[in-house]
Amino acid sequence: MSETIKQKELQDNKLAGDYRYGFHTVIEEDKAPKGLNEDIVCLISAKKKEPEWMLEWRLKAFRHWRQMQEPAWPNFEYGPIDYQDIYYYSAPKQKKENPKNLAEVDEELLKTFDRLGIPLTEQKRLTGVAVDAVFDSISVGTTHQGELAKHGIIFCSMSEAVAHHPQLVRKYLGSVVPYTDNFFASLNSAVFSDGSFCYIPRGVRCPLELSTYFRINAEDTGQFERTLIVAEDSSYVSYLEGCTAPMRDTNQLHAAVVELVALDNAEIKYSTVQNWYSGDKEGRGGIYNFVTKRGACRGVNSKISWTQVEAGSAITWKYPSVILQGNNSVGKFYSVALTNNHMSADTGTKMVHIGKNTKSTIVSKGISSDFAHNSYRGLVKIMPTADGARNFSQCDSMLVGNHCSANTFPYIEVKNNTAVLEHEASTSKINAEQMFYLRSRGLDLEESVSLIINGFCKDVFKELPLEFSVEAVKLLEMKLEGSVG
Amino acid sequence: MLEIKDLHAGIEGKEILKGISLTVNAGEVHAIMGPNGSGKSTLSKVLAGHPQYEVTGGSIAYEANFKKLELTGMEPDQRAREGIFLAFQYPVEIPGVSSSVFLRAAFNAICRHQGAEEMDPIDFDKYVREKMKLLQMDDKFLDRPVNVDFSGGEKKRNEILQMAVLNPRLAVLDETDSGLDIDSMKIVAEGVNKLRRKDNAVIVITHYQRLLNYIQPDFVHILYDGKIVRSEGRELALEVENRGYDWLIKR
Repeated sequence: MSETIKQKELQDNKLAGDYRYGFHTVIEEDKAPKGLNEDIVCLISAKKKEPEWMLEWRLKAFRHWRQMQEPAWPNFEYGPIDYQDIYYYSAPKQKKENPKNLAEVDEELLKTFDRLGIPLTEQKRLTGVAVDAVFDSISVGTTHQGELAKHGIIFCSMSEAVAHHPQLVRKYLGSVVPYTDNFFASLNSAVFSDGSFCYIPRGVRCPLELSTYFRINAEDTGQFERTLIVAEDSSYVSYLEGCTAPMRDTNQLHAAVVELVALDNAEIKYSTVQNWYSGDKEGRGGIYNFVTKRGACRGVNSKISWTQVEAGSAITWKYPSVILQGNNSVGKFYSVALTNNHMSADTGTKMVHIGKNTKSTIVSKGISSDFAHNSYRGLVKIMPTADGARNFSQCDSMLVGNHCSANTFPYIEVKNNTAVLEHEASTSKINAEQMFYLRSRGLDLEESVSLIINGFCKDVFKELPLEFSVEAVKLLEMKLEGSVG
Repeated sequence: MLEIKDLHAGIEGKEILKGISLTVNAGEVHAIMGPNGSGKSTLSKVLAGHPQYEVTGGSIAYEANFKKLELTGMEPDQRAREGIFLAFQYPVEIPGVSSSVFLRAAFNAICRHQGAEEMDPIDFDKYVREKMKLLQMDDKFLDRPVNVDFSGGEKKRNEILQMAVLNPRLAVLDETDSGLDIDSMKIVAEGVNKLRRKDNAVIVITHYQRLLNYIQPDFVHILYDGKIVRSEGRELALEVENRGYDWLIKR
């Protein structure tokens, strides 16, 4: 490594303070012009060499989006987003166009993912986890594809899926989140770049954890990935998602869509650790994270669970939901949302009970410190057909310090009187007495904070895959360092 | 072991301790008694290093493990690792943190500091269960979150269990008898008595002399308006029981 790069890195690290993913990869990018119009939509589609039907769908979405208004109801404020001042497509230029395998991927990109702790090359890659690595608007590569193919599992980038598995994509894309769904989902449908596609065939239990790592790198660029997971009858898959971005003074838009489809007796576990750059101490910069995530339990006895640790982004707007269509289907939502400095989060879930004896569980833990706003917003809806539906909701908020706030907005709509719903909520503070108690037993400041936070989030962390839960604990500890004391 | 000299301390600018001097030697048990608002709990919190209390004058010299330390200015966790323990009057709830995790974390933090080897979960479990017998505690206790939904008696027993596990040199028991029925008090007192050794000391802070029937002190000090107004042997506690505090104050 040359001296200058070393120095640059030192400087980066210093600036980053506690955000060690704040570096920026110097790589030439192939960008579409700024702004959004039909030509840009056509250009994105052309860049990806998409078939006609895909372009048609994008254009329909775009025309619909133009008629829509940005939602004003979230419980936070942010500067206006100029949708014409964003790059909608930005792909790193690689020496070799369309690398066929990971060995052909540009070294700078591989180094970037190495540095993020996601090695992609055969020798170094993580065992037990297959990774699709997305850099700005494209997927740079997917590991373990061969091994997964032996089981008939398809795990690839969305662009590859459109090219190679068009019948599956046409059948399921937009079937859970239609392109008319909401402002940000429609925008995503028009301009979505990469994301992952997973297909688990009938009766297959996916032997690896599947995961996608999203990296925003280019400046003034939006990231609009789209992920689709289909679990056929009696199949099982656990999927993990991680995200980071460089530190910049300007805000960047991230508007993703994730759709899950679980058929008869299938189970999908979807876990997220979101650590997008959240802005500096004064609230400058950071990612605007507007995400639509929804799963459909289409089959009988199907299960979908969302587990999320939301610790980054200047703004988080996200409600991973489950449509419980199949009889006896089960939906779960476990969430930890941490906001500090000037971050805002308005997050929660929707559980829509349609099938008989459907069950849902909601466990939400919000932690707010400094000047942050943290809201839980959730809907439990019991349709007339949902005999014997059950829901349990628990929403707890923890405040650290005196300038932050926490709100809970639980909406309940019940149209079937056989339903049983339980709701518990609490708000607490990490208080000086708890800290003193733990410290008077010999635990230092960090250990004490970590014990309290771990205790508070325990019900959510235990749902995460082990390595992820260790990461999540560290992430929260790092974020809260200096806030308590 | 402990030498408090002319200690002044208070909270939010209000002076509560107005010049306390007290010497405690290894092997001794001292009782501090006094009416409400005399500064008993403040003294216990100042000894343990509660960050909201400010020491405005005087010194607290502490000697243990061949080290001489000035406690004022030390963080509460540093003090704990040097062998100071406070049994809280109102133990604090820590939701979601099981007692076993908490106890082991505290035990190991102290071991690390004192250069002893940390204990693995299996050995530690054995060690804790031994101590639990001492206080006749239920097996399920270890899985329960710290002090959450504990009865008053359970909370106080838990404090003494922590004392037994952490094995301090100087233990300060702040109104450990308050809210205890007579049976629980006997158990707690027996627990404390079994932990008495030649090389450790106990300061018992109490409102009533009842507890002192079970934990017999070598010295009794009467605290009034932030000062120690009288120090004598055990018999002083009995006299207070008969005559109240007034005769000591209105001299």
